[in-house]
Amino acid sequence: MKAIVTVIGKDKIGIISNISTILAKYGVNILDISQTILQGYFTMMMFVDLKNMDISFAKLKEELDLLGNKLEVSIIIQQEDVFKAMHRI
Amino acid sequence: MINSFEVLETVQMIERQKLDIRTITMGISLLDCCHSDIDIACGKIYDKITRYAENLVKVGEEISLEYGIPIINKRIAVTPISIIANSVDGTDYIKFAKTLDKAANTVGVNFIGGYSALVHKGYTTGDMNLIKSIPEALAITEKVCSSVNVATTKAGINMDAIRQMGKVIKETAQLTADRDGLGCAKLVIFANAPEDNPFMAGAYHGVGEPECAINVGISGPGTVKTALESVKGESFDVVSETIKKTAFKITRVGQLVATEAAGRLGVSFGIVDLSLAPTPDVGDSVARILEEIGIESCGAPGTTAALALLNDAVKKGGIMASSHVGGLSGAFIPVSEDEGMIEAVRNGSLNLQKLEAMTCVCSVGLDMIAIPGDTSAQTISAIVADEAAIGVVNNKTTAVRIIPAPGKKAGDTVEFGGLLGRAPIMEITKFSSNAFAERGGRIPAPVHSFKN
Repeated sequence: MKAIVTVIGKDKIGIISNISTILAKYGVNILDISQTILQGYFTMMMFVDLKNMDISFAKLKEELDLLGNKLEVSIIIQQEDVFKAMHRI
Repeated sequence: MINSFEVLETVQMIERQKLDIRTITMGISLLDCCHSDIDIACGKIYDKITRYAENLVKVGEEISLEYGIPIINKRIAVTPISIIANSVDGTDYIKFAKTLDKAANTVGVNFIGGYSALVHKGYTTGDMNLIKSIPEALAITEKVCSSVNVATTKAGINMDAIRQMGKVIKETAQLTADRDGLGCAKLVIFANAPEDNPFMAGAYHGVGEPECAINVGISGPGTVKTALESVKGESFDVVSETIKKTAFKITRVGQLVATEAAGRLGVSFGIVDLSLAPTPDVGDSVARILEEIGIESCGAPGTTAALALLNDAVKKGGIMASSHVGGLSGAFIPVSEDEGMIEAVRNGSLNLQKLEAMTCVCSVGLDMIAIPGDTSAQTISAIVADEAAIGVVNNKTTAVRIIPAPGKKAGDTVEFGGLLGRAPIMEITKFSSNAFAERGGRIPAPVHSFKN
């Protein structure tokens, strides 16, 4: 199962490092990472593999939400299928 | 590989433009729950609903979490109760309403539809008893929704039923007078009612449906409006293409959620209802889409044409995105549930006559309209008859969900709260339709219904 982590907000030091730490802690592998400024927002997108994840999706989401609150950015994790459904025929 | 722009577009649709799945509705057949003893029948109904829908809310929440897409409502639709209740000795149908309410509370859904009767050609004994019990059923239960189909293109219009429904609506309003006639917000009078509609208050599980099916209703007026903001001043060709593309994307999410929910619950996937369903929140309004197309305030000339285009483009975009489309499918124009519509009624640009014209070109009818409490039952019947005629002649579904708010007059406001919103009381003509409503009988099916 693959998912996409999106971070939107103001740029600051340590966003990637903090998120990577959480992902590594629970066995989530980062497959691809890109960041850009889109429509005035710092946007980072991580493509991750949840195959060896050792906690539940809900728990991982909770941890990322907490981190997002701390860093004052929005961190969203969604299964890849929703993007494929919407953007690929 | 999905690119950053696509990811951001999806995320913004959900986070900012209020894209959501409006409802996952589980349709459950109760045809095997008939029994002459009402307590046994009710016991079977309760057991079956709570068995099939045990995990409905849980699965809905899981899918919502994993895909990051809000699923606002989880609901249940059942076989029209008048069919089940026909086998019962006695007429105390309120027990059925209480049973449905109890089952809905047990499984945690927010509405259960199907306290219904289909009388487009005539009444069975069960239909008669059920319709008589509707006012009390809606007053004493919280989650039960009721609908009555009074007309079809094939059968014509049952004017006896329409005459009775005018009275039933008035009585329902009286019995829930302490809540501004809230009972009427849970009662829909249909022409050409769809059997797989996932939306309340009109959802029921038709007799041609399988044992159990998942039907999904999508939403996303804010998404369409935002897309149109980027094509200001462009021709209608561009407007239509833009709506189609957006509707495609929204519907694909609906299809994904529907198949996923059906799979996890181990029941059949029924349909996706391609609807633009508004809420009272700012940024979630169908009226504001029409205004974005170029109308100063919803109801001004051009509104009907803009709505016709919107409705058509939503369907064209959505049809390819889903393997099975059904339900009501189209733009909804419920006054109390749409912030832009509420404002349009307040500022005088939208009236009942214009709304009636709009119902000719979109998927529903006069929906969530509050009218003065002293409106007569005959006038209400005549309003229902007009809507039924539009549906019957145009081969489409129409419905009336109208609330004669006790003690209120035109210009006042009623508050229902939550998704049902708040409604300004609309002006009703002072001219009488009494002799029309009292005639009874049946208006024959239109000539173009004879296609065989």
